[in-house]
Amino acid sequence: MKLRLRIARIRIRPSLIKPGRAAQQIALVVLALVAIASLFAGFIAPSSYSEQFRDAISAPPSARFLLGTDDLGRDRFARLLYGTRVSLLLAPAAALLSTLLAALIGGLAGYLGGRWERYVTSGIDLFLSLPWLFLLLAARALLPLNTSPITSVAITFLLLGCLGWASPARIIRAGTRTLTNADYLVQARASGISGFRLFSRHLLPNLRPILLAQFWISIPVFILSEANLGLLGLGVSEPLPSWGAMLRELENYTAVLQNPWMLAPVVLLVIVVGCLQVVLRTEDQIPC
Amino acid sequence: MLRYASDAPFRSRLGNTRKISLSRDRKGASRALIFSTALLFALTLTAQSTNELRFCLRADPKTFNPLLVEDENSETVLYLTGGVLVRLNRYTQELEGELATKWKVSENGRRIDFELRPNVLFSDGTPFTCEDVASTLRQLMDPAVHSPQADAFRSANGPTESKCTGPSSVMARFPAPVASLAARFDQVGIMSARSTHKESAVLGPFTVAEYKPGTYLLLRRNPNYWKHDSNGKQLPYLDSLRLDIQQNRESELLRFRRGELDIVNKLDPEMYDRLTAEMPRAVVDAGPSLDWEVVFFNQVAASPLPEYKRRWFRSDEFRRAISDAINREDICRVVYRGHAWPAAGPVSVSNRFWLNAALKPPAYSVNAALARLQRDGFHRSGDALFDRDVHKVEFSMITNAGNKLHERTLALIQQDLAKLGIQLNIVVLDFPSLIERISRSFNYESVLMAFTNVDLDPSDQMNIWLSSGAQHQWNPNQKAPETQWEAEIDKLMQAQAAAPDSKQRKAYFDKVQEIVAEKAPMLFLVNPNALSAVSANLKNVTPALLRPQIYWNVECLAIGSKLVSQR
Amino acid sequence: MTALLGGLLGATLVRLGPGFSVDERELDSRLSQESRQAIRAERARDSNIAIFYLRYLAGLVHGDLGFSRSLNRPVSELLKERLPLTLGSLAYGVLGGVSIGLTLALVTACWRVPGSNIAPAFLAGACLALPAAVIALLFLWMNVPGRWAIALVVFPHVYRYGKNLLVATYQSPHVLAAQAKGLSSSRILFAHVFAPAAPQLAALVGISVSLAFGASIPIEVISDTPGVGQLAWKAALDRDLPLLVNITVLVALMTLVANSLADLALAAWRLEVSRETA
Repeated sequence: MKLRLRIARIRIRPSLIKPGRAAQQIALVVLALVAIASLFAGFIAPSSYSEQFRDAISAPPSARFLLGTDDLGRDRFARLLYGTRVSLLLAPAAALLSTLLAALIGGLAGYLGGRWERYVTSGIDLFLSLPWLFLLLAARALLPLNTSPITSVAITFLLLGCLGWASPARIIRAGTRTLTNADYLVQARASGISGFRLFSRHLLPNLRPILLAQFWISIPVFILSEANLGLLGLGVSEPLPSWGAMLRELENYTAVLQNPWMLAPVVLLVIVVGCLQVVLRTEDQIPC
Repeated sequence: MLRYASDAPFRSRLGNTRKISLSRDRKGASRALIFSTALLFALTLTAQSTNELRFCLRADPKTFNPLLVEDENSETVLYLTGGVLVRLNRYTQELEGELATKWKVSENGRRIDFELRPNVLFSDGTPFTCEDVASTLRQLMDPAVHSPQADAFRSANGPTESKCTGPSSVMARFPAPVASLAARFDQVGIMSARSTHKESAVLGPFTVAEYKPGTYLLLRRNPNYWKHDSNGKQLPYLDSLRLDIQQNRESELLRFRRGELDIVNKLDPEMYDRLTAEMPRAVVDAGPSLDWEVVFFNQVAASPLPEYKRRWFRSDEFRRAISDAINREDICRVVYRGHAWPAAGPVSVSNRFWLNAALKPPAYSVNAALARLQRDGFHRSGDALFDRDVHKVEFSMITNAGNKLHERTLALIQQDLAKLGIQLNIVVLDFPSLIERISRSFNYESVLMAFTNVDLDPSDQMNIWLSSGAQHQWNPNQKAPETQWEAEIDKLMQAQAAAPDSKQRKAYFDKVQEIVAEKAPMLFLVNPNALSAVSANLKNVTPALLRPQIYWNVECLAIGSKLVSQR
Repeated sequence: MTALLGGLLGATLVRLGPGFSVDERELDSRLSQESRQAIRAERARDSNIAIFYLRYLAGLVHGDLGFSRSLNRPVSELLKERLPLTLGSLAYGVLGGVSIGLTLALVTACWRVPGSNIAPAFLAGACLALPAAVIALLFLWMNVPGRWAIALVVFPHVYRYGKNLLVATYQSPHVLAAQAKGLSSSRILFAHVFAPAAPQLAALVGISVSLAFGASIPIEVISDTPGVGQLAWKAALDRDLPLLVNITVLVALMTLVANSLADLALAAWRLEVSRETA
């Protein structure tokens, strides 16, 4: 009798295991595997990312070269692993920086309102229209020619992070404006909580969905920006690989059709970005 | 038989009606035949009237004024529309008369007299006279005009004289001898002195009919073109040329595959191989072009380099060692996919007259390179190379971004030099940044660059070889030659420019090539092949090495028998 | 005022960038020393930014936008030819991207079926992961106009923000209360979800214009569309200052107009909502 009752109670209760949590765990495992693989690239990859096998140019996948070789006979698998380090380390760092800047500037503008909001909004619009490319070119020109490739690309990503805040700042500003009139904030203000505490403890956490969306959208955007900047010499220098440089190879669409393993960086990027989205999501689907 | 048996029931049923239907059928069939013949004839007529050649320009031409041409796209338009006194046959590499039937160079290369072709009209119907030539030359030599064509004649300051010396003869006298004087007129498009249409009144095979900036340029045949074929038929055979403005190479190739274009100029090796696999008859490899891929080191005294690096780059043995260590065969095979030749010096193997055949490309040898470096005081310690003052040998090499061939070449050179213990840092820069470093700030260590040569004659390279020249890349604008061998090259280049006899000129320039090979101020890597694609529709194509490679004889090109309407 | 300030700052950035004073023509070995000097003098005319900008403003008053050195034509002519094409592409791109993005966001936020977000998420992720140039080439290959490539670049951003926003709004207490009261889904959606999310959705539309313009540059270059994006790329490579300044001013104006229109639309929406509730 007692046992049946217990079971009945259990049945009535909502499920303790949300489907989303399992997906988050799987996504975390995938991300961890990718990160570990890139960190231990030296042990996993059969050859160095820069070694040229000049007798095996554009070779198809084989036991020796898991993803074949590129135009210079370099092992694509090794380059993918080492490139993951550059892209997975620097792009999220740049995304984090741009998101934090956007949160600060957009959030403050929306919170303060009035003329401050107007000035900041105009400033954001102005910022968005400037040709920042020339700042990046100037930065590269100032660097010594013998700067290591990793330092050079780190500086590029740092600058991208510093320049990428404007678009999300506008959205965050709009979101903040909505929240400033929320009941709980009015109550908090009425109870005498200081402006800074109100902003940091009550406002910013409620902007999480937007901030997280901004963060993980920015990662592929910065990876691709690095690829596009390579056209102007601002990307990763040879022989250091990056996802961006490998993605640029896809412009040769006939080669891609004949060698579909060239899509490996795209697949990996989609998987990583998808996993990040799953890991960072804070909501479940709500039925209408 | 079987059909007959199976038709039998029908035959018995149709019987009498069969004769009637047959006669109806015969009338219907004949009408159909007449109609389809008429349609075919009409289509053929239509096909003949849309006799148009299509290819692409990389960008909009900057000018249609033949005297102000300085970019490649404007040069293309000039070639197709401009009438010139003499033309260098791109295939035979011989000079041929066009608007001039005869010419004579005298006064040691200062004066040239032309006998003009009679009964020639501009495209607007105005007659071509000696005054048009004289007026064109006067405008060209105006000091305010700054263009490569004009500067080619300006061997010294001073006035230029040009005037009619007869009803159909004209002379031009220059202040100083001009090397290859007659051949220079291949680039001078004659303008009308009297026509109200100015730039649009031309003497070439085509005229500019329509121009939509950013989209296309349409050229139509010049109804007054003077040239006829051997059967007396007026040239050109083509009715029009459509030049689409297209920067993107991939989309150009796609359109060629679809049959929307007839020619693709300057294919890169990877695209060439792709197209060979699909359309083997469409591709043309005309052999090594006149272009160079070179590496040079910064030898400028005032450059912001550390002294020890300047010492490396100024050392002949150091430069020769680097040259020996670069595997040119691999660059040809891997980067250019076999569509390039190792270069021995500044003259391509295709430049048959000017090539110093005694010179060979440096053989790849790591041991020879190390031996040279040891003689120069360098030594190896572990994986690294050090100079006599124990500075690790590490330097950067810059090249222009967006050029995959250069980026790959640099990656190969980096690996080659690593075998010597040299750490090479690759830096790709956008083109203006690169130009600024090599011509203004001199804030660079070494460069990989491409040089495009449009002319066979080395006189066009004066600015490169003279130590005072702005294009004397490794150490430009010297007030006086800083080395004995550069002084020697100065003397030889000036001598070859002044010598009247071409054999004498060649002897001088052979010596220049020997000095360049010995001192290696520039490391000549490869001469890329001239690669193009041509539609099977296009007839009378004779690919040449000199630009324009495919349509150099545009007035003789024709679209084949395939119906154009099927495009 | 903001746009003109943008022009000045843009000109300054270009001037400070490397390679400003050089010209590719200088590398032509056939040119004489005098010709090279003439080319350098031509470039040096614009080296003082203050004087250049004052000259530019003076010309602007008379409708003269300057002369493009790289294309050898008046800037006003170039913009007149190319602007309609780019505006058309941007309109297609923004409308297409916003429509696709919001529709998918709505479907994902509302649909009961578990895993209904996988396909849109995958599509958005793939579009984010592919360079705009590759998408443009793919469209070229399929013979689809390049402007739809802009929509594919814009939609992932709209989808992600929109989805997170709508889902977060659906979790709000007032929406739960409305559901508990038995209001219809459409009423909940329009009155209780869209209304509070409207400011951010409006901002998203505004940002999409900047995104679309940024994407139009590689897409126009790849598809050889003679629009302002292609012009901007050429101007940047050639350091064509008059052209770059005008394009900067134009982009600033477009961004301002787009964002102002979004704000105006939002204000009108709020007024309408407050009237209804009153």
